[in-house]
Amino acid sequence: MSTTTTQPPAPGPEAGATLELRTGALPRRFPLALLVGSGMVVAGVLAAFSSFGPIAWALLTAVAYTVIIVTASARVEGGRKAKDRLVTAVVYGCFLLAMTPLVSLLYTVFGYGLNRFSPYFLTVSMNGVLPSMDAGGVYHAIVGTLAITGMATLMSVPVGVLTAVYLVEYAEGRLKKVITFFVDVMTGIPSIVAGLFVVALWMMLFGPGNTNGAAGAISLAVLMIPVVVRSSEEMLRLVPQDLREASYALGVPKWRTITKVVLPTSAAGLTTGIMLAIARVIGETAPLVLTAGSSAVSINWNLFDGQMMNLPVFIFSQFRMGGAVNYERAWAAALTLVLTVMLLFILARVIGRLFAPKTR
Amino acid sequence: MTTTDAPQAASPPAGKRRIGDVVFAGLARSSGILILLILAGVAAFLLVQAWPSLMANTANFLTDQSWDANTRENPAFGVAALAFGTVLAAGIALFLATPIAIGIALFIVYYAPRRLAATLGYLVDLLAAIPSVVYGLWGMMVLAPQLVPVYEGMTRYLGWIPLFAGPSSTSGRTLLTAGVVLAVMILPIITAMSRDVFHQVPQGHREAALAMGATRWEMIRLAVLPFGKSGIVGGAMLGMGRALGETMAVAMILSPSLAISFNLLQSGNQTIAAHIALQYPEATGYGVSALIAAGLVLFAITLAVNMGARYVVARGNKESA
Amino acid sequence: MAKRIDVSGLHVYYGDFLAVEDVSMTIEPRSVTAFIGSSGCGKSTFLRTLNRMHEVTPGARAEGKVLLDDLDIYGPDVDPVLVRSEIGMVFQKANPFPTMSIYDNVIAGARLNNKRMPRSEADDLVEESLRGANLWEEVKDRLDKPGSGLSGGQQQRLCIARATAVRPSVLLMDEPCSALDPISTLAIEDLIHKLKEDYTIVIVTHNMQQAARVSDRTAFFNLSAPGKPGNLIEMGETNQIFTRPEKKETENYITGRFG
Repeated sequence: MSTTTTQPPAPGPEAGATLELRTGALPRRFPLALLVGSGMVVAGVLAAFSSFGPIAWALLTAVAYTVIIVTASARVEGGRKAKDRLVTAVVYGCFLLAMTPLVSLLYTVFGYGLNRFSPYFLTVSMNGVLPSMDAGGVYHAIVGTLAITGMATLMSVPVGVLTAVYLVEYAEGRLKKVITFFVDVMTGIPSIVAGLFVVALWMMLFGPGNTNGAAGAISLAVLMIPVVVRSSEEMLRLVPQDLREASYALGVPKWRTITKVVLPTSAAGLTTGIMLAIARVIGETAPLVLTAGSSAVSINWNLFDGQMMNLPVFIFSQFRMGGAVNYERAWAAALTLVLTVMLLFILARVIGRLFAPKTR
Repeated sequence: MTTTDAPQAASPPAGKRRIGDVVFAGLARSSGILILLILAGVAAFLLVQAWPSLMANTANFLTDQSWDANTRENPAFGVAALAFGTVLAAGIALFLATPIAIGIALFIVYYAPRRLAATLGYLVDLLAAIPSVVYGLWGMMVLAPQLVPVYEGMTRYLGWIPLFAGPSSTSGRTLLTAGVVLAVMILPIITAMSRDVFHQVPQGHREAALAMGATRWEMIRLAVLPFGKSGIVGGAMLGMGRALGETMAVAMILSPSLAISFNLLQSGNQTIAAHIALQYPEATGYGVSALIAAGLVLFAITLAVNMGARYVVARGNKESA
Repeated sequence: MAKRIDVSGLHVYYGDFLAVEDVSMTIEPRSVTAFIGSSGCGKSTFLRTLNRMHEVTPGARAEGKVLLDDLDIYGPDVDPVLVRSEIGMVFQKANPFPTMSIYDNVIAGARLNNKRMPRSEADDLVEESLRGANLWEEVKDRLDKPGSGLSGGQQQRLCIARATAVRPSVLLMDEPCSALDPISTLAIEDLIHKLKEDYTIVIVTHNMQQAARVSDRTAFFNLSAPGKPGNLIEMGETNQIFTRPEKKETENYITGRFG
């Protein structure tokens, strides 16, 4: 296969041997043309023989393209080039392969979710609605999600940011290493374990069977704190050292320097990190199934009294009921949740970009 | 414990300690210590609440495969089947996700058009933003039916491998489906870690390879992959940690049964996390305590995997420094 | 196997910014050509266009002609990968692959073209290249040890051995001694003297004494003003450039009357 390689591999100082820097090269537009061509051919074949699935089409096109370009390249350009082209095709393929579930997921969430997604759905609870009735909505779950996530945020932001301040501005030696290491470890706690932790805690404090929003908030805080620490730490380290030194030189005490110079400088970054942390925990289901309960149907603003429904658990419990209407509700709630998360994500990026200090 | 403070490296000239400084430093330090306490608390409370059921258990908790805990009389339960399912599901996810994640990271760092690279990376991150309950919904209602014909094909042509022996599940709700969904969920983690190390490959090494006449792939093989090895391994282990603890997607996809089975295409197996979520609402008697004991096992496994991952990454950083 | 390089009308751009303007020169085979000039005058940038390494930098492109003997390396269908195996390069900072042994470092480039090279042939090539780089005696007993364990000067000679093992006809050296101590520098300079019997050598250097010591011909680059593109001011026999430069700017630079 490598017989067409024009670079003679054999060493030797043969002076005057004709030098060849050209390989047989595939025309520059060949890959694009081939891609379009194989796409059309595969589409034709699929349409002729069986139903036309977009995913099957994309996969077959990718395979056909890869096989043809690698063979052609091996013929014309030689083995090394062919391998390079193979890897290029595979690497692009990996990315497209990863995008397939994302596209499919968003497509179905929007497709199924829009059936029931309406102002009515968002503003009505499930109070008095039987599972199979063509009625009801997620208002109570939205309330619960806001209350639980809000409380979790209120708990984890001060602890997280202060820990980050400690790690960046104060800590040294053993304690710093220990905290850094265990924050990393804490990032890896499975969410269900965080839920069980609160269950165990509540059993000791209030006896068994006590579920309420506050318990859910604590379990989310356990998951959120390490994320906040990590991102805040990164942001605080971006604050240039000269800024601190300039402040010290003016005789400003350290704590005032941190609160008046360091934290405001990194405020945008901190906010971004906190919003991403919220986005991460707002979709947590498992700990809330254990702690906040999964059967509440009415609006409950009180974190300390009784079960509290929330969006992820709502999806799960509707899913478990398993009727057609329940699935519709689950998808519509999933759409609500996905939109919320995406909004947080985009907002976080926008804030991070707009208000980032110009330090670079 | 909050008022004593060692002198700092980059601090203002040490003189009299101001009250504000002492209070603020104390607050910051206590927050850090609070995190350690929380983590210790997680372990301690789980242990305390798991203890009664472990004492009452009439079966061997580590080797028994059944789960008969919802009683006050002679509960008999063990995590063997669950732990097996957990590790197997995470293993499948890791096996599927790691090569693809490396490919994606290479794509974003070395192949994608530079203007687009950041945006494309952001799209991959978006995979991490989707809540696991939505993955569960999608996996069970969209992916599983799609995979049924694939599984039929696999049993027909690969059925001689015990892993893929037929007949395959008619619902598609198998451990392999759960593994595929977990793989999608951990892709962003492994990709992010791999991207980080690929970005750190010194320009000198890459140019050295190119200057001796290497193609792009040869440059990656000579300079990038050897350098990025520890980051990739660390990322894969972090991904594994995530997959081990993932609950909802697995709970919603698998049609549960408690048995150790190497067959990936039939319903069977269950993971610790999913088992806890599904059993908890119905738990009575020693049930909750037994589930907490199972959670403790999961905690220990993920802790070990995550600590291992951090160790590998840290060692890699030291070597390349 | 050394070859002549003919550059005519070469412009180098970073995006829209013209970094080097209209360079034409001839680089003679079996000789050492030095590029001198102040920092940022484009001499390294220009050097990298001679084996198309500049294309690695995003946005960088070159216009013009570079003939290797009589082949245009910017011609249609010319493969930059082959150009680089014909025109090797040694960098400012020694960059042996840290995960590879000394042996594997030397053989890495040659293996790309010839995967199934027999062991004995590979052994010979490694020995020949290391001897060629004046490094054999120092490392022959530890060929399987990592290349990163060597001293800075040894690492740089290892990189030279690695470049010559591909059997190029031209060696480009981008300030190869700037990170080395005087003794290692001397070892490299000796090596350059020896290598020019077989190769066309181009060396970029900040050090005028070094240019005077090692090169046969010298090219002086300069910026007309900050933010303006770099130009080739003059080129000639090293002796002439250092004793009787034709241009005022060159004289200012070599006599140190330059800002």
